[in-house]
Amino acid sequence: MSTADTPRTSAPAPVIEPGHTFASITDKISAIVLTRRTTLAWLIGFALSASLLGVLIVSITWLLVAGVGIWGINIPVGWGFAITNFVWWIGIGHAGTLISAILLLLRQEWRQSINRFAEAMTIFAVMCAGLFPLLHMGRPWFFYWLMPYPNTMGLWPQFRSPLVWDVFAVATYFTISLMFWYIGLIPDFATLRDRSQSRAGRVAYGTLAMGWRGSARHWQRYETAYLLLAGLATPLVVSVHTVVSCDFAVTQLPGWHSTIFPPYFVAGAIFSGFAMVTTLAIPLRAIYGLEDFITERHLENMAKIILVTGLIVTYGYMMEAFMGWYSANPYERYVQWDRLVGAYGPAYWALILCNVVTPQVLWMKRARCNPVVLFVVALIVNVGMWLERFVIVVQSLHRDFLPSSWGMYYPTIWDWATFAGSLGLFLTLFFLFIRFMPMISIFEMRTILPEAEVKEPA
Amino acid sequence: MSDAPGGKLWWRSLEEAADGPELAALLARQYPSQAEAWIDPLRRRDFLRLMAASLALGGLASCSSQPREEIVPYVHAPENLVPGKPLFYATALALGGLGTGVLVESHLGRPTKVEGNPLHPASLGATDVFAQAAVLGLYDPDRSQALTYVGAIRPWSEFLAVLRSARGVARARRGAGLRILTETVTSPTLAAELAAVLHDFPEARWHQWEPAGRDTARAGARLAFGEDADTRYALADADVIVALDADFLGCGPAHLRSVREFAARRRPDGRGMNRLYVVESGLTPTGARADHRLPCRAGEVEDVARALAAALGVAGAGGAPPAADARWVAAVARDLAAHRGRSAVIPGEQQPAVVHALAHAINAALGNVGKTVVHTAPVEARPEDQLASLRALTADMDAGRVELLLVLGGNPVYTAPADVPFAAALAKVPLRVHLGLYADETAELCHWHVPEAHPLEAWGDVRAYDGTVTIQQPLIAPLYGGRSALELLAAFGERPERGGREIVREHWQGARPGADFEAAWRRWLHDGVVPGTALAPKTVAVRPDVLRAAPRAAGAGLEVVFRPDPTLHDGRFANNAWLEELPKPITSVTWDNPVLLGPAAAERLGVASEDEVELEHGGRKVRAPVFVVPGHADGSLTVLLGHGRRRAGRVGTGVGFDAYGLRTADAPWIADGVTLRRTGRRRPLATVQHHHRMEGRDVVRTLTVGEHEAHAEPEVSLYPSVAYPGHRWGMAIDLSTCVGCNACVVACQAENNVPVVGRTEVLRGREMHWLRVDSYHAGESANPETHFMPVPCMQCENAPCEVVCPVEATVHSAEGLNDMVYNRCVGTRYCSNNCPYKVRRFNFFQYADWETESLVALRNPDVSVRSRGVMEKCTYCVQRITHARIRAEEESRPIRDGELVTACQQACPAEAIVFGDLNDPQSRVVKLKAEARSYALLEELNTRPRTTYLAAVKNPNPELAT
Repeated sequence: MSTADTPRTSAPAPVIEPGHTFASITDKISAIVLTRRTTLAWLIGFALSASLLGVLIVSITWLLVAGVGIWGINIPVGWGFAITNFVWWIGIGHAGTLISAILLLLRQEWRQSINRFAEAMTIFAVMCAGLFPLLHMGRPWFFYWLMPYPNTMGLWPQFRSPLVWDVFAVATYFTISLMFWYIGLIPDFATLRDRSQSRAGRVAYGTLAMGWRGSARHWQRYETAYLLLAGLATPLVVSVHTVVSCDFAVTQLPGWHSTIFPPYFVAGAIFSGFAMVTTLAIPLRAIYGLEDFITERHLENMAKIILVTGLIVTYGYMMEAFMGWYSANPYERYVQWDRLVGAYGPAYWALILCNVVTPQVLWMKRARCNPVVLFVVALIVNVGMWLERFVIVVQSLHRDFLPSSWGMYYPTIWDWATFAGSLGLFLTLFFLFIRFMPMISIFEMRTILPEAEVKEPA
Repeated sequence: MSDAPGGKLWWRSLEEAADGPELAALLARQYPSQAEAWIDPLRRRDFLRLMAASLALGGLASCSSQPREEIVPYVHAPENLVPGKPLFYATALALGGLGTGVLVESHLGRPTKVEGNPLHPASLGATDVFAQAAVLGLYDPDRSQALTYVGAIRPWSEFLAVLRSARGVARARRGAGLRILTETVTSPTLAAELAAVLHDFPEARWHQWEPAGRDTARAGARLAFGEDADTRYALADADVIVALDADFLGCGPAHLRSVREFAARRRPDGRGMNRLYVVESGLTPTGARADHRLPCRAGEVEDVARALAAALGVAGAGGAPPAADARWVAAVARDLAAHRGRSAVIPGEQQPAVVHALAHAINAALGNVGKTVVHTAPVEARPEDQLASLRALTADMDAGRVELLLVLGGNPVYTAPADVPFAAALAKVPLRVHLGLYADETAELCHWHVPEAHPLEAWGDVRAYDGTVTIQQPLIAPLYGGRSALELLAAFGERPERGGREIVREHWQGARPGADFEAAWRRWLHDGVVPGTALAPKTVAVRPDVLRAAPRAAGAGLEVVFRPDPTLHDGRFANNAWLEELPKPITSVTWDNPVLLGPAAAERLGVASEDEVELEHGGRKVRAPVFVVPGHADGSLTVLLGHGRRRAGRVGTGVGFDAYGLRTADAPWIADGVTLRRTGRRRPLATVQHHHRMEGRDVVRTLTVGEHEAHAEPEVSLYPSVAYPGHRWGMAIDLSTCVGCNACVVACQAENNVPVVGRTEVLRGREMHWLRVDSYHAGESANPETHFMPVPCMQCENAPCEVVCPVEATVHSAEGLNDMVYNRCVGTRYCSNNCPYKVRRFNFFQYADWETESLVALRNPDVSVRSRGVMEKCTYCVQRITHARIRAEEESRPIRDGELVTACQQACPAEAIVFGDLNDPQSRVVKLKAEARSYALLEELNTRPRTTYLAAVKNPNPELAT
């Protein structure tokens, strides 16, 4: 990060508290999985998440039995919470990829202590995201028709449709993220295998470690694979949300048909992703006493990214409104105006409050370094980004070209249940992850210790 | 039954066993006609889906029940009965006793679709919403399916025995105590049968009651001419038309013909445009089409009529118009005076007799009689004041003078005015027999209920508005063993064994004897009209001085105007889901009948749309939601009859409020001194269009006559345009002639198996109509200009829906149609989101009823029934295109222009919809699209729609142009 060539009143906070050794890092992180008692907080959190997951299962069952009519969607608002949730979840995933791939390539050492759980967050978020396009279909059992596979009908999917691009983008994203995460976990699985007291643990972690012995050849191959995957994942940070934004930008609907969408969506994705990483990191750090590893420096860096991407998103809002007026297109103008004062106006102003006003607190260093403030800001940003997607999806649809077809969308109990259920799925997976896998990369943390520096032979 | 002393209780017949309460209960459960009560609490949506469960009699109700006399296998298939090839039979459907000729499409003996009969004077090939929905009425699983005595099922033989013994008693008393109540009768055969009964039973009485009848018109004719006369209009020759609160384009026995003739003069080419002036209280389709419309309390229409008459020199008319309207009246009078013999003044059926008399006098003074206005002898078999008739019957019943009452159709218990205690008096009649399609409110209070044969199941005859007779022939044997009024009357008469066909044939054999009767009979049945039965013009003279009636007492407070519902009429169609869900013209309300009022009145009374109010008139109260309609006269409320049924069936029971509860015999149409009070509650209304302003957008284009719009520049594209070497289908819709009647919407629904979704789903914005008729108001809300715009799929050349579908479920055909492949659709709804016209419809649930057996028979076999999760939309009736193509190929010829019509086009009385091949330079559609007023909706989006519009043209009076 910053170099010390400019005079500063205080040096940047370290990325790991001093006094740690290879052994202490390994002990501390692996103990959470292997030896420490399951905390009460974990049990309560897991129980709540699992109940929410139950809500999801009930919602999906009823959805499949009755049909998508259980949601509030209609004509003209053909997409409601499902697509809002999809875009929101997939956006959240982006921070993980950014941290693991781009920051790796940029040699940002501070990423080591957050990349593991950020990647896990990515994978779980993409899983939640992937649910929604599937469920929102009228006949989800035919989802595979969106994939190119040889079939007796002699039909390909329609490659001009952004929904098909979505399938490729999201599937690629999920595959790469999963591989990246798993490969990064292999050395740590081996550590857990070696330290596990129980036979079950040894077998499980041993299987997952795929025979990792830590030989120089292993390390060499690992480094190559990891770097290659980082290279593959890097364009995905930009491309996935670009493709998702095309779902909207490619149509001719006022409020959707906009060239600013791809960069604006990518910035929004990173914005919401970092907000989610922060939301997860701050409680984890407090509960598991990981302040040594996730230091103020991390919090501050993430806060800075939130602030920067928040400003980009703000620019996007401004440009959308400006172009609505400047285009002199009556439909575009009307949609922008309706966004401000129409039926969904409160949602728009709430999102401005959440995404534009609130992050400005982070100009203050004290706020950036205060976990409580940062946690609250991050939560608000999460809400704001969800609202942003809701406004884009629903408000644009509800009043398009012909006034005769204007309508309203009101979410039903099942809309909310499915959304809450997806949070349940995400949190359940995350709780399982922190309980059974090393949430911070043990071996990568070791590399940032001073001991790890290789002294060049004189 | 089982625990009788001494062991088993034996029974000899099912009837005997049926006396037991268990079996009676079981049967009551099995018969849906009895089942409303226990299904009531469910939502209507569920009703439709539960129809299967309730149809335990499905076996009896099977789709193509054959006459029971003999069963012969198709060793030799009947001639002309080819699977896949529909046959068409001519018959007629009656409303208010007056018939409209139709051709009914039949697939292997199943009637599936009603079209207009081009040879019939009241149809000219067009149909109204009621005719289009008749097939659903036929297959309605809620129709009464069994003859009952006080709710228990009885065989016909038992009923016949009772009837014969009653006949014996009546005969002994020369018919004293025998009363027959019918609806308006124009049928020559039924009239003859009734006359025969009255001849046999001289003391018997025949009464007629039609709640939405034409009492005022009859009284008006009697007032003006001193005798009964009917009036019909030849609007093709009318240059100036004045409607005095007359919705002659929206309802009435001749409205299809009126629309056709009116529309023919609304195109700027051809014979020159007519000009329409409308004075009315509520905003009707006629008012929406007016060049000049004067909103006015219904009670004050008489003042305007008097002023108009006075200005035109009608003696004794007197009166001056309200000051504000003087200029309007003067201008109209001058215009009328300038078009003597080429104008028509049409009074409304809700208006009192004096307004009719004034209109007759004005028409006479203008020399219109015999030209645009034709008086004839009455079409009805026995014209009478039906309200007086019903009152007389009620008085007789109340006094115990009635021993036997035969109610042949109609539902007087529900439709009688609130101050005529028909139901209470009915209870005093010792033997009450009801013949009806449904076990309705009247059936409930009668001893015997006989299921009536649907008009598509029975023989009969009926006169049209001009007297033309159509022999009604059945398309199918009665599904539920129903009897027609003719047959029931015959059962009471000399020869009870005669069937409907025999009765009608005998009558006509008597009326038109001759050696060639058989050939003539076949010709009548084939054509659907009996030639030479139209009534000849009759010379009548307006009596002097009759107009010098006492000046009308000024109406105090709010007035309420009763109108028959545009989709349910007087309530007889309440259980027809197509008609319940059909948006009412202008308001677009479905499944309800709000109180309509104007914006000024709403503001003054402090109510907004969907507020619940309590209306009080003469101590009678009803509660209803209100709906604010621009252009509705201030100080006037409109309520629609036909809702709030207690025993309509699973679809119609409890929908809306019962406006008959406010209607009294002395003020059947216009009641003064009504009070309105907010209850503070809200009642959401299931409207399909929530926004009626164009918001400055280029939606409906309007021109005044003589003005020409520059044609759009030719399209420029970087891409080569796709060639369509074969056919290239397209459509042109004339906004100048569309009267917003919605017949096209039901026609589309019937043709394309479009499901009904129910009120809750409409409230959520999920109605399924493939074709909608939008209405827009422009200008001041007190008296706006209103336009209708039918919106089917635009079949865009550059279809935005196609590129976004991930699975190619919507693709362009080789003839340029935007096809929808239901089987391929996975239901992403992306196509709908990207459709700028929002014409796509989605099956959010399993809307199509796959279970109810009778509804399976209803469907058009040429159109897929869609499943849940699938998008659907207008296809330009692709099945009809295919039929036409096959026919043309068989005959080795090209498809002729006009031989192929879409369902909406076929139904349209205004001929506003024209479909054809854009590759054929001689086709009508190409010529229409070449007109200067042709434009594409949202053409700036470059979707290049195949469906285009012709701008609406108005022909305002320069004198009134402000």
